[in-house]
Amino acid sequence: MAENAPDFLAHATGDSVGVAVRDLSPGRITGGFLDGTAAPDFELLEPVPLGHKFAMTDIADGADVVEYGVRVGLASRAVKVGEHVHVHNMRSARWQNSVA
Amino acid sequence: MAEQRRLTGYRRPDGSVGIRNHVVILPVDDLSNAAAEHIAQVVPGTLALPHAYGRLQFGEDLELTFRTLIGTGSNPNVAAAVVVGIEPNWANRVADGIAKTGKPVHAVSIEGRGDLAVIEQGARVAKGFLQDATELVREPVDRSELMLSIKCGESDPTTGLGSCPTTAQAVDRWIDAGGTVLFGETTELTGGEHLVAERCKDDQVRAKFQHIYDRYIELVERTGANLLGSQPTQGNIAGGLSTIEEKAMGNIAKTGTKPVVDALEPAEAPTTPGLNFMDTSSAAAECVTLMAAAGAVLHLFPTGQGNVIGNPIEPVVKITANPRTAETMTEHIDVDCSGLLRREYSLPDAGDRLMDVADRVVNGRLTCAEALGHREYVFTKLYPSA
Repeated sequence: MAENAPDFLAHATGDSVGVAVRDLSPGRITGGFLDGTAAPDFELLEPVPLGHKFAMTDIADGADVVEYGVRVGLASRAVKVGEHVHVHNMRSARWQNSVA
Repeated sequence: MAEQRRLTGYRRPDGSVGIRNHVVILPVDDLSNAAAEHIAQVVPGTLALPHAYGRLQFGEDLELTFRTLIGTGSNPNVAAAVVVGIEPNWANRVADGIAKTGKPVHAVSIEGRGDLAVIEQGARVAKGFLQDATELVREPVDRSELMLSIKCGESDPTTGLGSCPTTAQAVDRWIDAGGTVLFGETTELTGGEHLVAERCKDDQVRAKFQHIYDRYIELVERTGANLLGSQPTQGNIAGGLSTIEEKAMGNIAKTGTKPVVDALEPAEAPTTPGLNFMDTSSAAAECVTLMAAAGAVLHLFPTGQGNVIGNPIEPVVKITANPRTAETMTEHIDVDCSGLLRREYSLPDAGDRLMDVADRVVNGRLTCAEALGHREYVFTKLYPSA
């Protein structure tokens, strides 16, 4: 199975982030979408642990981070394709005083 | 599709169906925990349900405690109950509430007598209840008669990718069979609450849901606190969840595709088959305790980082798609669907695996949490006591 196993999965076509399904090191990664058959690949810029997200598009400071086809937060600084996306560069758009 | 397994359960006098046959020793208040636990020690095979509250509560908070106590004793997984209180009035009120189900129940109280007399009296009653309960036999039951509840915990993005969609397979199949399913976790819908509102079956249910959701968020905001740091939890963040909205989408992924037929107060028993929303905390033990008090007999619990919760009367089935959790916490995981992340099988296949385990648990197989003695029984407190 391992040779066909994806490095990441993304929920919906058009999402700006994908999810690592194993611990990933910088370099070429391949994966798929839950809602389609596309098999995109990306150049990962930094390590991304299992379950964590990386950017599949450039995301401008303050722009929506899209996962599951919906906004799940805002970029708290500019994010480049292949970067780890987590609390250091995205924040909730909902909770009051959300500044993480 | 998985082979259809014959389901069995215990049919109670009120027609409800349970999958366990507990004789519970139920304290009304914190002061009665010691006597309740001693009764259970004198009569092994009965189950004491100690908890922290029940004194000087008032108003809606008191009503919720009564609803939780009476609901616990009334749960179809309970064959009979001995209620222990510091004084007779509230003990009788709880026992009378449970007695409406027609199952055996008896109240004892401590003031004016002391623990030792109450332990002897309670133990004599409990012994008889236990012997009678052991004569009850399982009979064939229909899935539509078994109330299911769902709630996830220690979530991470693998729950949204794997264990929650797998749970959704079971939820949809349960409802297709005519069953009733409870979901809750009010604050954890934040960011996806509009998706739940859209799924409400009509404007009346939608208005009830929106009122409950707004009320909870206002409660949080009135404290001046910020849920950041609590929602997502530290465990969620370590697992890779970054925001409440992201967590909410995983949470909602486990509710399947059916319409929301009602929006319930905490521990309120549903009256409409189908997918019911209940106002609950997102803390695992509080949420499952409320759902069990509403009558749920089986709980499906997707987890990412490895929440270990159980409940004394409602079996909790743990499902994970996180391969690390499946490997490092194997004794807690009833269903490993991490193969979804490696694309080794399809989501309906994962649903078949879950249904197979769920049906075996219905028929009596102990869950990991039951086997490990997890009996978290935690009341939801709405505000301080008087």
